[in-house]
Amino acid sequence: MTLFCDRCGRPAADPGHERCARGRELEPPRYCPECARRMVVQVTPVGWVARCSRHGELTGS
Amino acid sequence: MTTTQSAVLSIARTQVLENGEGLSEQQVLDVLRLPDSELDELLALAHEVRMRWCGPEVEVEGIISLKTGGCPEDCHFCSQSGLFESPVRSAWLDVPMLVEAAKQTAKTGATEFCIVAAVRGPDARLMSQVAAGIAAIKDEVDINIACSLGMLTPEQVTELAAMGVHRYNHNLETARSHFPNVVTTHTWEERWETLRLVREAGMEVCCGGIVGMGETLEQRAEFAAQLASLTPDEVPLNFLNPRPGTPFGDLEPMPGPDALRTVAAFRLAMPRTVLRFAGGREITLGDLGARQGLLGGINAVIVGNYLTTLGRPAESDIDLLGELEMPLKALNDTL
Ligand code: SF4
Ligand SMILES: [Zn+2]
Ligand SMILES: [Zn+2]
Repeated sequence: MTLFCDRCGRPAADPGHERCARGRELEPPRYCPECARRMVVQVTPVGWVARCSRHGELTGS
Repeated sequence: MTTTQSAVLSIARTQVLENGEGLSEQQVLDVLRLPDSELDELLALAHEVRMRWCGPEVEVEGIISLKTGGCPEDCHFCSQSGLFESPVRSAWLDVPMLVEAAKQTAKTGATEFCIVAAVRGPDARLMSQVAAGIAAIKDEVDINIACSLGMLTPEQVTELAAMGVHRYNHNLETARSHFPNVVTTHTWEERWETLRLVREAGMEVCCGGIVGMGETLEQRAEFAAQLASLTPDEVPLNFLNPRPGTPFGDLEPMPGPDALRTVAAFRLAMPRTVLRFAGGREITLGDLGARQGLLGGINAVIVGNYLTTLGRPAESDIDLLGELEMPLKALNDTL
């Protein structure tokens, strides 16, 4: 469920996330899309792992 | 444009291309001031210089953040400083994941794997994590290991050399005259001192920085000259990628032509160094950047992701090298 922008942590329904979407093409997420907590993110040469203390792990490349 | 500026390319042809002698600070400045109409000619010359003094091989490297975020320093470009409202949280990588990252890097054909930590300098915990990590990588992966762990004591330099670290990265970041506008928690001279110790211990010196941090063209030329006087084995060239929450978060990325002029100017200042395309190239130059850089003086790349941001997939860069007929530097080759 995407309630929050995973780049800036503000409600996804708020306007103004175009810049976030562009940024995210070359960045891992930083905020949990479910609760907006800041996630612990590890970037590796081929991917990333982002962990929310409440909602668990997301991965991507 | 002055006569000096337009003349600088023909001077460079003799001085740098034929004689292998890098441009002076003033000459670098003339290059940085060349108009866009002379950019192609400049890049072509920088490419010739690189082919003549370094050869066609490209050194490929992967990097990994061993300790992310929470740094006590205040480098104004850095999302890993604990002093800014950056969304980057602290994280430690364990040894199995470090070995996995080294394997992923080696699989791309890369010969360099750089272990990076966001610290002022290493403490005992970090040094032992690095020692364990390097031992585990050396057991399983055939790759050169570099480190970037901040400022070092003489004892730490000796320890790292003994662990088999072949190259140490420590960036001067910017011109000495601009440094106080970028970092206030330590000095340019402290960074220089670590670089001196690294060289003394027999490790290769990797030292570069970031352009597009509000420095003037004069300061960019000053920086090139200061790097050249250090004669580093490698110079990683980053372009500011403005990070949210940092003091430089609202700066605009550098225009593409300025970035390319900088690449060429750095090559003409340092004809023999390994000049590496590092962070920010995707933002500044887009997808075409890799090609333009590799045909404009660059002879090394970081492939895959960076420390806290993502790069192009490694395969895109490796395919491009094949297309440009630039062989990957092999392990144990020296450029
Ligand atoms: S010392 Fe390194 S990690 Fe720390 S703030 Fe400066 S650039 Fe970032
Ligand atoms: Zn947003
Ligand atoms: Zn959550």
